[in-house]
Amino acid sequence: MRFSLEKRDYRSKKMTILVPVISLLVSFILGAIVLSISNANPVRTYAAMLKGAFGSQTKIQYTIAKSIPLLLCGLAVGIAFRLKFWNIGAEGQYISGVIGITWVMQFWTFLPTYLLLPVGMVVGILFGAMWGGIPGLLKAQWSVDETLTTLMMNYIIIGYAEYLYINAWKAPRGNMGTILYPEAAWLPRIWGRVHAGIYFALLLVVILWFVLYKTRWGFELNMIGKNQRAARCQGVSIKRNIILAMLVSGGIAGLAGVIDSAAVTHQLTKGVNSGYGFTGIIIAWMSGLNPFVSILVAVIMASLETGSDALQIMKLPSAMGEVMQGLILIPLLAGSIFVEYRLVLHAKHKEAGL
Amino acid sequence: MSEANTDETPVVRMVNITKHFPGVLANDQVSLTLHKGEVLALLGENGAGKSTLMNMLVGLYQPDSGEIYVKGDLVEINSPQDSMALGIGMIHQEFMLVGNMSVAENIILGMRDLPFIPPMAEIKAKITALSKRYGLQVYPDKIIQDLSVGEQQRVEILKLLYRGADILILDEPTAVLTPGESRDLNEILKKMLAEGKSAIFITHKMDEVMEFSHTVQVLRRGKSVSTCSTKSIKRVQDLANMMVGRDILFSLDRGPYKPGDVMVEAKDVVVLPLGGGKPVLDHVSFSIRGGEILGIAGVAGNGQQQLTEAITGLLKVDEGSILLNGKDMTNKTPLQVIKSGVSHIPADRGRMGVVGDMSVGDNLSMKKYRTNELSSHSVIKRNWVRKFADHLIEVFTIKTPNQDTSVKFLSGGNIQKTILAREIDSCGGILIAVYPSRGLDVGATEAVRQNIIKQRDKGNAILLVSEELEELLMVADRIAVMFEGRIMDIVNAADASTEELGMLMAGVERRNI
Repeated sequence: MRFSLEKRDYRSKKMTILVPVISLLVSFILGAIVLSISNANPVRTYAAMLKGAFGSQTKIQYTIAKSIPLLLCGLAVGIAFRLKFWNIGAEGQYISGVIGITWVMQFWTFLPTYLLLPVGMVVGILFGAMWGGIPGLLKAQWSVDETLTTLMMNYIIIGYAEYLYINAWKAPRGNMGTILYPEAAWLPRIWGRVHAGIYFALLLVVILWFVLYKTRWGFELNMIGKNQRAARCQGVSIKRNIILAMLVSGGIAGLAGVIDSAAVTHQLTKGVNSGYGFTGIIIAWMSGLNPFVSILVAVIMASLETGSDALQIMKLPSAMGEVMQGLILIPLLAGSIFVEYRLVLHAKHKEAGL
Repeated sequence: MSEANTDETPVVRMVNITKHFPGVLANDQVSLTLHKGEVLALLGENGAGKSTLMNMLVGLYQPDSGEIYVKGDLVEINSPQDSMALGIGMIHQEFMLVGNMSVAENIILGMRDLPFIPPMAEIKAKITALSKRYGLQVYPDKIIQDLSVGEQQRVEILKLLYRGADILILDEPTAVLTPGESRDLNEILKKMLAEGKSAIFITHKMDEVMEFSHTVQVLRRGKSVSTCSTKSIKRVQDLANMMVGRDILFSLDRGPYKPGDVMVEAKDVVVLPLGGGKPVLDHVSFSIRGGEILGIAGVAGNGQQQLTEAITGLLKVDEGSILLNGKDMTNKTPLQVIKSGVSHIPADRGRMGVVGDMSVGDNLSMKKYRTNELSSHSVIKRNWVRKFADHLIEVFTIKTPNQDTSVKFLSGGNIQKTILAREIDSCGGILIAVYPSRGLDVGATEAVRQNIIKQRDKGNAILLVSEELEELLMVADRIAVMFEGRIMDIVNAADASTEELGMLMAGVERRNI
């Protein structure tokens, strides 16, 4: 018996759905192995995680609140990935957004209070767009590799944010963190922990779906992502679209940061490098860059995080959530080959007459 | 060259080899014999099946049917490793070298039976010995990217010799060489033959056949049409005739030649290569009128593709100007050129012409999606796109299960018809077609040519780049011959002969013919 991969005559619709689902299951099995090695009972751990994520109304609220910035980061990364622009800097663009809104909240005191939130959000989005636009510009103008620039720019902004909340913008009391935003400028909660940010996130899903699948710009992004040379021959400007897509991508990541700080943390402080931007990469990839599917994936990722918070109390390894998030990607990337190829079994040797 | 010893068992014998690709019969019952110490020249136009045949000998493709014997044994060659083990090595047109590694490192790269830490001193000594023996001057410590193209080719030859190859296949080895380097290559080959090695080389240059080979085999459209001893050839013209074939396969409907206003005009266009050096386009001037097809003849790589890219805005022009429909369009963006009425059928249909992962319908609308016909206020009108695509699929008889099928699953001919449909439908007076029938079967070729002629009869100006003289003589009204970035001459197709064009293509000035 011999295996070989044979190209399919068409993309398998069944496989595009099956591969992410099976990948999720495989990653749970792999996770169980990791748990067994660290002397934890996998079944008990998973049960505890499930309970931690969805076990009560408050827990569900926590999970949903967490999935809001995750969803936005997934959408942000997804836009860039459509162009095969590997933006792994959503984390930095997120932080840039937080810095932007905090700047407004702290220093634009000449504004009436009711304007602080909307202006702060716009400035935060612009900050995120700028942080995403720089690598876009570098790539478009001088072909600077975007994986390096976006990654490195994360560390620049993380360091800068630290300097701000420990030094320059530190509140008079305490040893780190800015003063809290005026309470009137907080993004309101709508159901327990769940805040109004969810409206922005869901609205954006619909807008992005429309833009990506129904408009000329979405069509152009699709062409560039799938064959840049052909797109150029058809008159599509590659440079302009790379910069534009990265401004939008960075802006959405910035919005994620803006919303989370306006609704949850109310300040710039430790923990602003939450890892949402990195998890966004997994979300974008697992959802097949589809905005609607991203909602589901974002909730799964959020529940892995809230679920593993609950493990700590049970003296179980709380890093399990992150381990699982990472583990999902491996079978997913390996499995995506089955969308276009099928596995063929050969009996012993070549058939006669070939 | 000395006469080859033909008494022994042939070192390579390929018998009745047939190979299909989707829509193309690349090799049709081709047989080939190579003797020890012999150089066989494999001659033919592009797409004649030379490279396919050789790729089967080095294990890159497997034949659909037929047998291969090496040194008398029936063999099955499934990979380049298999062919190397049989002593067969190929030097491809594009060198397979790692630019920032040394000569010695490149030579041993990928060898399996080396110790974990290769004994470099020993390896270098062996390389030096080999290079002395065959007169291949190469220093093992030099870095590849510092070497000239000729030197890099020597490294490729050394790589094969180092691995013990005694049957060498060279794919257009002199295409990249200066005349001096070509003479050196000739000397090297002679030395290797004297040691009992054999070689096959692929070419479409007649003079090389006369200079290098003992035997010449001509392929045309996948079939072997002639094999003879080089000595028996009296005139170079005979070879050219064999290669191109006198038989015109089908006739095309065409209206009378009624040239209108000048629609395309190139004035002294110069394009310099990125790294500096000889210009890729050297003061190119011509004009095309409406209702006229200007053919561009020439061996691939003499600036034809750069010329079309300069016109379509894909390549920056350094000097001169390009006028399209009366307007100066020099160095305008591709979009501006498209909007001025230019359609483009690019040379590399898979990589430039279509987006393989998008549907036939999407690919058909890739020019018109930005017009009011298919979108309004930047929202694409999906229903209109569907109707539009179905219409084009019907008119151009594109064979596809439906318009939602990804283009990459279509055959080469139908991919080309998709491009043709899109470009002709959106054509605003000027059509640039680059190798439009390359690699297509007879039926698809005819459809492509007929469609191009139809555009001419409608009064459009057409630039047709082709490597097949037969096609140009049949389709074009005037033919410009390019050589090394220059236009050698422009002749009327009606008065032109294959021989004359062939000489111009080889860079022979007209007054010397």
